[in-house]
Amino acid sequence: MQNSHALTLNAVNSFYGDSHILRDVSFSVTAGRVLALLGRNGAGKTTCMNTIAGLMKPRSGHVSVFGRSIEGFSPEAICQAGVALVPQGRRIFKSLSVTENLVVARRRPAPTGRVVWDNEDIFKLFPRLQERRSHPAGRLSGGEQQMLAIGRALMTNPTVLLMDEPTEGLAPQIVAEVGRIIGQLRESGLSIVLVEQHTNFALRIADDVVIISTGEIVAHGSAAEVIHDSSLLNNHLGVH
Amino acid sequence: MFWITGLFNSLAFAAVLFLLAAGFSLIFGLMRVANLTHGAFFMLGGYLATSAIGAGFWVAVLAAGVGCALLGGLVQHLLVQRLAGRELAQVLGTLGLSFIVADQCLLIWSGDPIPLAAPGFLQGAARLGVFAFPLYRLFLIVVAALIAISLWLVVERTTLGAKIRAAVDDREMARATGIPVSRLFTVVFCLGSALAGIGGALAAPILSVYPGLDTEMLPLALLVVILGGIGSLAGALIGSVLIGIIYIFGQILLPDLSYVILFLPMVVVLAVRPEGLLGRQAA
Repeated sequence: MQNSHALTLNAVNSFYGDSHILRDVSFSVTAGRVLALLGRNGAGKTTCMNTIAGLMKPRSGHVSVFGRSIEGFSPEAICQAGVALVPQGRRIFKSLSVTENLVVARRRPAPTGRVVWDNEDIFKLFPRLQERRSHPAGRLSGGEQQMLAIGRALMTNPTVLLMDEPTEGLAPQIVAEVGRIIGQLRESGLSIVLVEQHTNFALRIADDVVIISTGEIVAHGSAAEVIHDSSLLNNHLGVH
Repeated sequence: MFWITGLFNSLAFAAVLFLLAAGFSLIFGLMRVANLTHGAFFMLGGYLATSAIGAGFWVAVLAAGVGCALLGGLVQHLLVQRLAGRELAQVLGTLGLSFIVADQCLLIWSGDPIPLAAPGFLQGAARLGVFAFPLYRLFLIVVAALIAISLWLVVERTTLGAKIRAAVDDREMARATGIPVSRLFTVVFCLGSALAGIGGALAAPILSVYPGLDTEMLPLALLVVILGGIGSLAGALIGSVLIGIIYIFGQILLPDLSYVILFLPMVVVLAVRPEGLLGRQAA
C-alpha cells in the first residue's frame, strides 16, 4: 500500500513571507500514473510544486517519496531522491549549450531500477534538440526550451516528475507533442504531477485529478469522474 | 628601444596583474562576492613562498597556492557563505579579515621587505639584437598565458565549468537539478584564492614581499576588473594588459601623475560603459 504511492503530501503548510499559501495540503500520486494538479491562477499550484522540489521549505507537514520521508532535504538531496522538476517558465540554463544543459544534470545510474537517461536518449526523444545541440540554450524557441527543460529533468533519472505548466505559451502542435511525451514517460513507469492551466489538455492526459483552491485541496478523483462533474469544474476552475 | 623595453615590462607586470585579478573576477562574476581578502592572499602567497624557498622555487610557489587555497576555502565556508546575499556584510567581513591577515603577516615575517630569488636558470636575460629581456619576466608572461588558457578551458569546456556557469545562471534551479552549488562555490573560492597566492609568489622575485603590498595590489585588481568587465576572463586579460601599460609608462613618463592616469581610464569606462569593456550585462 505504502509503496504504490510514488509521492505523498501529508498536511503540508507553506508560507510566502507572511501569507499562508498552502493549507494542510494532502494528496498522493499512485506509482506509474499522471496526476493533474488543477486550480485557478494563484491557487497555490506552483508553490506546491516548489515545496515538493525543496525550493520552498514547508512550515509544517510531510512529503515522502515511495514511503521515504524527504523532510528537511535540500533541493539537491530531493533531486537525488528521485524527484525532478520541470519548472514554470522552463528556467533552462541560458548561457549553456543544449548539450551542456543536459550534461550538468546527468546522474550516475541510480538504484531501484530507475531508467537511466543519457544525452542520446534525450535526443532520440526530442530530435529537434539534437539539431541544436551546440546552440546556446537561450537562443532556442519556447517549444525547444520546454523540451530541453523536460530533457534536463529526465537526465537526473527521476522516479517522480513534477511538470509545472509545460504547455504555457506554446503553439498547439507543440502542446500536442508535449502531451505525447507525457504519455510516453508514463509508459516507461514514471510517476508524474502535472500542473496545468489548460484544463482540457490536462484532463485528457491525466489518470487522476486534484483540484486546489486558495491553497486548499477541494476535490480529488479520477480524471474520468472529474471531466463529467461540470459544477466542480465551474466552481473551481472557471470552465463551462 | 625605450618603448620596446617599456612594453615588455608592462606585459610582465600585466602577467602579475592577471594572476591577481583573474581569481577576483572569477569569484565576483560567479558568486557576486567582492572578496576584499584577495589582496591579502596575494601578499600571503609571497610570504609563504619566501618561507618555503628552502625546498626549492617550485615547491615555494606550490606552497603559496595550496596555503591560500585552504585559507580561501575556510573563508568561504566560515564567513562568506554565512553572509550569502548580504553584500555589505561580505565586503566589510572580507575587508576586516584582510586586516587580520596583514597583521598576522607583520607579526610572523616582520616589517622588512623580503626578496625571493628566481630559480637559477631563469636569472639573466635573453638577448635579441640590442634588446635584453630578463628571462624571469619572459617566464611570468608565459605562465600567465598558460594559466589564462587553462582557466578558459576549465570554465568553458569541462562539465565542472558548465556546472559552475549553470549555478551562475540560475542558482535555485541548479540545486533542483542536483548540482551541489555550495560545494562548487567553495571550489571556485579556493581556486581564486590559489591564483592570488601563486600570483604573489611569482611576483615576489620582481616586487619582493613587504607590508602594504596587499593594499597596493587590491585597488589594481579592482581597476583591472572594472576596466575589463566583471566575471569575464578575457576582460581580466585585456584589463591587465591595459593597466600594466598605463602603470609602467605612467611611472616612467609622468611619475607625479601616475595615480591620476591610472584611475582616469576607470572613471571614463565607468561613465561610458559601466559593465566594463567585455563585461556581461548584469542579469
